[in-house]
Amino acid sequence: MSLQRFIVKRALSIIPIMFGVSVITFGMFHLTPGDPVSQLVALNPDVSAAEEAALRERWGLDGPVWQQYLDWISNVLVGDFGQELRTGREVSDIVWRRLPETIALGLFGWAFALVIAIPAGIYAAVNKGKLGDTVSRFLALSGISIPNFWLGLMLILIFSLYLGVFPVLAPSEPLYHPDMLWYLILPGITIGTASAASIMRVMRTSMTEELNKEYVTAARAKGLPERTVILKHVLRNSLISVVTLAATLTASIVAGSVVVEVVFNWPGLGREFINAINQREINVVMAITLFTGFFVILANFVADIVYAALDPRIRYD
Amino acid sequence: MTDERQHHSERGRIRVSGFDSERVTQREPLSDWTEDGGGETVGRWRRGLRRFVRNRAAMGALVIVVLMALAAFFARPIEVAGVVVQPFSLAPYDPTTILYLQDPDVSVYDAPSWQYPMGVDGSGRDLFSRMLVGGRYSISIGFIVVGLTASFGLIYGAVSGYYGGNVDEVMMRIVDTIYAFPGLVLALIIIAILGGGYWQLVLAFSLFGWAGYGRLVRGEVLQIKENEYVLAAKALGARDRSVVFRHIAPNAMPPLVVLASLNIGSVVIGVAALGFLGLGLEPSTAEWGTMLTATRETLIQGPGGQIPWWATVYPGVAIFTFVMAMNMIGDGINDALDAQQTGVGRGGEE
Repeated sequence: MSLQRFIVKRALSIIPIMFGVSVITFGMFHLTPGDPVSQLVALNPDVSAAEEAALRERWGLDGPVWQQYLDWISNVLVGDFGQELRTGREVSDIVWRRLPETIALGLFGWAFALVIAIPAGIYAAVNKGKLGDTVSRFLALSGISIPNFWLGLMLILIFSLYLGVFPVLAPSEPLYHPDMLWYLILPGITIGTASAASIMRVMRTSMTEELNKEYVTAARAKGLPERTVILKHVLRNSLISVVTLAATLTASIVAGSVVVEVVFNWPGLGREFINAINQREINVVMAITLFTGFFVILANFVADIVYAALDPRIRYD
Repeated sequence: MTDERQHHSERGRIRVSGFDSERVTQREPLSDWTEDGGGETVGRWRRGLRRFVRNRAAMGALVIVVLMALAAFFARPIEVAGVVVQPFSLAPYDPTTILYLQDPDVSVYDAPSWQYPMGVDGSGRDLFSRMLVGGRYSISIGFIVVGLTASFGLIYGAVSGYYGGNVDEVMMRIVDTIYAFPGLVLALIIIAILGGGYWQLVLAFSLFGWAGYGRLVRGEVLQIKENEYVLAAKALGARDRSVVFRHIAPNAMPPLVVLASLNIGSVVIGVAALGFLGLGLEPSTAEWGTMLTATRETLIQGPGGQIPWWATVYPGVAIFTFVMAMNMIGDGINDALDAQQTGVGRGGEE
């Protein structure tokens, strides 16, 4: 099977998963007792049955569940996520306004993770068993063990309050300005640390494995400088295993953004998600949940293709 | 030997001098291998345990985890249905007591002192007592959730991998779908629907948390079921259930145990994160994550005068220490059980 056919086949396999994601998202809110209307009614005992029914109809919560699902999914497919129940604002407007902020944060986190982890992984594998390796392994283990919200609080405490290097609050207006880099640094580091630690651990292991292979001995034997052996031959092969991590790490960055945006007051989707959960805006919550699933699936897809393209030994089946 | 050598010419021969064959047979053995013991086999688990005990970092981490769990257990007396199960009280104060109501000298955010070793929190409560009690929720939820999800994932993965075909196809598509959501996001939604509380948190992390174990076990089972002993068991007329649970599942255990031990830490962080977001337990609960909610507001809004670092630093250090120790134990188990080949605990010591 050619690479093109593999890509098409892999892309088609996304469809049932996306369908499953939409069913889980919808089902969690609609198969459980207590929709927003009954919660409002519980707060307001004066509401008559007729008013309750009218409200249910207006919010699309009447009719059997499968009917509600079909209505919802057919709107979602044309980009209509409904309105915010309380304010009547279009959910898709909210999502499109918040999305770039979260993407900026996520990309910065990714970049930070790669810049730190790949050199550290190389260093640890080359100096295996020495002090530097032990130290960097300890740091990597700390990186996956540290709760990201606490790391964020500690960075604020040290860099903003004691040293005064970075500003504390993200500004509330959208940030398309060179200044935004200053606001991005602390949350970006917070969100990227766990990924950096995971990448470094995988990098070290795969690089150690590669270094024991025969082609390395051959490259050394023909007199290549050690630098070339490591950076040109070993590194390229070890990076393949980092690609397989990409999907898992995207999930961790997406989940991380929820927490980190709350810590740093970052005006992205994650903070919006928590606000929506607290105010029971189910349309907003469902829209952001769908986006989350979509991102993770997309990352998985891209990772699979890059992996297949990088490693010719892989059979596409 | 010496007699024999004299018959030959000495030229061009390598002479071994100072070789005392009698001393060699009498010296201390270099390893604990003995000729009699060579025939015995040591079980996988026993051999793993021996290796684990020799791993100093992992044993140190185990001591930390046990100490923290004991501190949480003995922090305040525990009553079950009116009967005191555990009468000890390590914590000097009740974690919900507001100190300035009793002692007018105490005020909100008092710095650490001899009387209050970790200071006073933003509501005038003793931070040290709250720290000790705070482990109860996260640690116990971590173990319960991992126990539940690993057991279910074992059954799910074993069934899926053993039967294969369409059953496997459908079961794995379900796992793929769950994998599309980050666990924390699902837990957040479940808590948003059910409301906070101890068992709600357990459910929030268990309901979808088994998917990773399911996928792992299925992959193991696919390999294991090709072994001859499985064919032998089938040929002897063993039923499917007994083949899966007596012959296949036990061999899929080592990587499952490694994954489970590494997951306890992430559940603990997840519980703390929900607490921090105000979606876990009651806001006044002494739980490590929940304790950090109020301190964030103080930090962001800029405290007047002194920065109350202790309210931020100590609860986080507790979570961090516990999770770090748990991960070191996980790495240790990974090394001890040789689960590396399966790729579960990649990145540990080889």
